[in-house]
Amino acid sequence: MEYVIDAQKIKYAYPTLEDAEPELALRGVTLQVEKGEFVAVLGHNGSGKSTFAKHINVLLRAQEGTLTVVGLDTADEANLWTIRSHAGMVFQNPDNQLVSTVVEEDVAFGPENLGVPQEQLRGRVTEALRAVGMEGFEKRAPHMLSGGQKQRIAIAGVLAMHPDIIVFDEPTAMLDPKGRAEVMETIRYLNKEAGKTIVLITHYMEEAAEADRVFVMSDGVVTDEGTPREVFSHKEKLEEAGLMPPLATQVYYDLKEKGLVLGKCPVTLKELVDELCR
Amino acid sequence: MLKNITLGQYFPGDTVIHRLDPRIKILVALLFLVAVFVVRTMWGFLALTVLFAVIIALAKLGPVTILRSIRPLLFIIIFTFILNILFYSGQTVYWQWGFLTISKEGIEKAVFIAIRLVLLIVATSLLTLTTSPMQLTDGLESLLSPLKKIKFPVHEMSMMMSIAMRFIPTLIEETDRIMKAQTARGAEFDSGNLLKKAKNMIPLLVPLFVGAFKRADELALAMESRCYHGDEGRTRMKVLRLKRMDVWALVLMIAASVLFMVFL
Repeated sequence: MEYVIDAQKIKYAYPTLEDAEPELALRGVTLQVEKGEFVAVLGHNGSGKSTFAKHINVLLRAQEGTLTVVGLDTADEANLWTIRSHAGMVFQNPDNQLVSTVVEEDVAFGPENLGVPQEQLRGRVTEALRAVGMEGFEKRAPHMLSGGQKQRIAIAGVLAMHPDIIVFDEPTAMLDPKGRAEVMETIRYLNKEAGKTIVLITHYMEEAAEADRVFVMSDGVVTDEGTPREVFSHKEKLEEAGLMPPLATQVYYDLKEKGLVLGKCPVTLKELVDELCR
Repeated sequence: MLKNITLGQYFPGDTVIHRLDPRIKILVALLFLVAVFVVRTMWGFLALTVLFAVIIALAKLGPVTILRSIRPLLFIIIFTFILNILFYSGQTVYWQWGFLTISKEGIEKAVFIAIRLVLLIVATSLLTLTTSPMQLTDGLESLLSPLKKIKFPVHEMSMMMSIAMRFIPTLIEETDRIMKAQTARGAEFDSGNLLKKAKNMIPLLVPLFVGAFKRADELALAMESRCYHGDEGRTRMKVLRLKRMDVWALVLMIAASVLFMVFL
């Protein structure tokens, strides 16, 4: 099987003051992602999930272990820009990742850095804005847009670089429910229609439920992995990681305790409703 | 109140003036600045005012927008106006008290300087209102690009400028938010004398700066992840190209300004 992201026991500690004992943020993360997959990485604050995300984009380099992205070794300095052009990253705060005061110029920023020929740039911007449903906003100023719209512009900016992988580092954490729905809709589209490999870092179980596979991180290691249904059924492991299964799954298990067994374990509210109404 | 700062704020539009090459607009704005200083008669000011008014009309800006851009500097204008009236010693004295005199010449001088300041602001606002900050920095970068030969970091400078402009509205919003948060905790920003007021700013400025540094850090990371690595090998979606319109505009404005400067 071809893995576009292959992490083997990577370790990382943030630099500290000289005399302080460096504390490992990642203590041996092993994780593999297949091409075209939609993967969610769940974890509590400080579980190392964001630190791991920054490794995929080589914003941080593993101090031990190996990480290959699209078949390229991240430890090799020469691969840096190739990897970054193949693996885009969307951050949490939309305000802090937009560079330009005009939407279209911001979307063009990435491809401009890649040295894409001038005559292709306009096409890339139009295409990327269409993919995130923001066509017609080309001339607008980002600060006049809603959080969800800003985040979609940020996604378009990454998309215009034509990456294979897009890493989302808690992209909905600062958005209102409407913006959250917009962004999730976009992520779904990018995975299903545009065929991008998605790594979604999140602490929202409802978002993780939409992924093909879920990894649970706690204290710098991957503690559990599997389909959302499998992972959400491991209640103890989730609790150890400081997480709670999504409401639908909780209801399922609470009902089970009371003696009412539904057909299959639901992971979304819709599935729960379907099960209950059956 | 904080959201209405228009200085350096682009007023989006799609008029002849908006479409002009930013380099031409920068050069013409500089020319206007020189003209405002060189012209020394009322007729000259009138001619410049008419010229600016035509440009404002062409750019569909509306008088309110222009007036709003003057407002932040109104204090300085009034201040210099009063200073000039009181301290300029002219021939025809109307009123005198110690070293303070009000004379005919002083009033004339004060009016002149006030008009001059207003025209200066209008001339620069014309540039910043009709040119997006990005275009502006692109234009500056292009105009200054000969300096690259002597290793002057032109690209880095323009990048810094455009980022600064990008974050002005964001930081204003944040200032607003912090002010409200601190007011809710009992901070006062409007009371007391100047010193007290300055002191009151500390609970506003500290979080603002901390926040700004955090933002800078995150932005740098985001830019790096989008493969930003300086000027080298970078292409541009919008390459500045002079059109016939730009050349005509430049020629026309040079002609008009020179005419005003020589004759008025």
